[in-house]
Amino acid sequence: MARLNHLQLSALPPPVLTRAEAVPALIARPADWLMVAGLAGTAQELSALTADAPNVFGLGGAMGAAPMMGLGLALARPDRAVLVATGDGELLMNLGALAAIAVQNPPNLRLICVDNGHYGETGNQDSHTGLGVALDQIARGAGFPAVLRIDRAEQIAEGRRLLAEPGLCFIWLRVTEAPPPRIRRSLVAHVLRDRFRAALAGPA
Amino acid sequence: MTEHDRDTGSATWPHALYDQLRAAGVTQFAYVPDAGHKVLIGRSLADPDAHSIPLTTEEEGVALAAGADLGAARAVLLMQSSGVGNCINMLSLIAGGRFPFLTLVSMRGDFGEGNPWQFPMGQAVEKVLAAMGVICLCAERPEEVTATVAAALTMVFGAGQAVAVLLTQRLIGAKPF
Repeated sequence: MARLNHLQLSALPPPVLTRAEAVPALIARPADWLMVAGLAGTAQELSALTADAPNVFGLGGAMGAAPMMGLGLALARPDRAVLVATGDGELLMNLGALAAIAVQNPPNLRLICVDNGHYGETGNQDSHTGLGVALDQIARGAGFPAVLRIDRAEQIAEGRRLLAEPGLCFIWLRVTEAPPPRIRRSLVAHVLRDRFRAALAGPA
Repeated sequence: MTEHDRDTGSATWPHALYDQLRAAGVTQFAYVPDAGHKVLIGRSLADPDAHSIPLTTEEEGVALAAGADLGAARAVLLMQSSGVGNCINMLSLIAGGRFPFLTLVSMRGDFGEGNPWQFPMGQAVEKVLAAMGVICLCAERPEEVTATVAAALTMVFGAGQAVAVLLTQRLIGAKPF
């Protein structure tokens, strides 16, 4: 039988927060942000959080795209605050993006990784974070100037404070395997693009 | 030819190309370094009104370009032909979102290539880009570059297409090894 190395380096507490409660508590004012959401869970929960508002571009594929889409958007619109929310699986697919983002250091960009330690859409296999890979150490090493790990409800206020102040940051939100809220959302990417751009441009 | 031939620093067309991209409103220059893009990379680093964005892998630049478009900005991805293979699934985002997408590809594995490792990807570039809905235009001679890039800029930012301009080894030189 194959055995995976259950890493001991981070000695993390078991997750206790549910994403359905923690994500809305962390993103207190969703209308203030331009948001890019990773595929699956985070696209579902940001769409639910905003009642499917046009300021969310949620992926349904192209796994790994969300952080760099957020960078392109943040550089394009330095006058607006940009929030990327992505799962552990998607972030792990493109860890190099953390380095690419940190060397730009856009003050209007924030990253949240909603980490349930599993590939929830594909049979709930353990992800690398579920086996102990420490995303906060990776983000710090990549050069993120502010990094916060949230394990408990009383730490969410610190996360809200970090989101509210200028400066690039990475928030590692560790949650249980409980599923995200579900909402019907379009998976047609060009529809999402058009409505995002139209809402950002404002009335003609 | 010598290895130095791929260093386009002494040619004049790369400088005209940079000015052409900036005049067309391109502000985000994303790249994995290649000698064939040396001038564009250097100019973008020196340009206070542009973003110079080194990537760790080329697919990051595909996603970046889509994000730039969400914010009504224009990006270009500069990469070597080997990097095209790293972009394939990420081009789903461009196709599905109908994002305008411009990439300049410095070719390896074609005219006069001396490194056999470069042929599999170099020879597959046009096929895989076409399979993912990216239109390929080729520039073979210095005097063609401006017109080819002008055509690409119209197709991308005027007509919303995805276009790769292939800067061939006839244009930028080959590495003989």
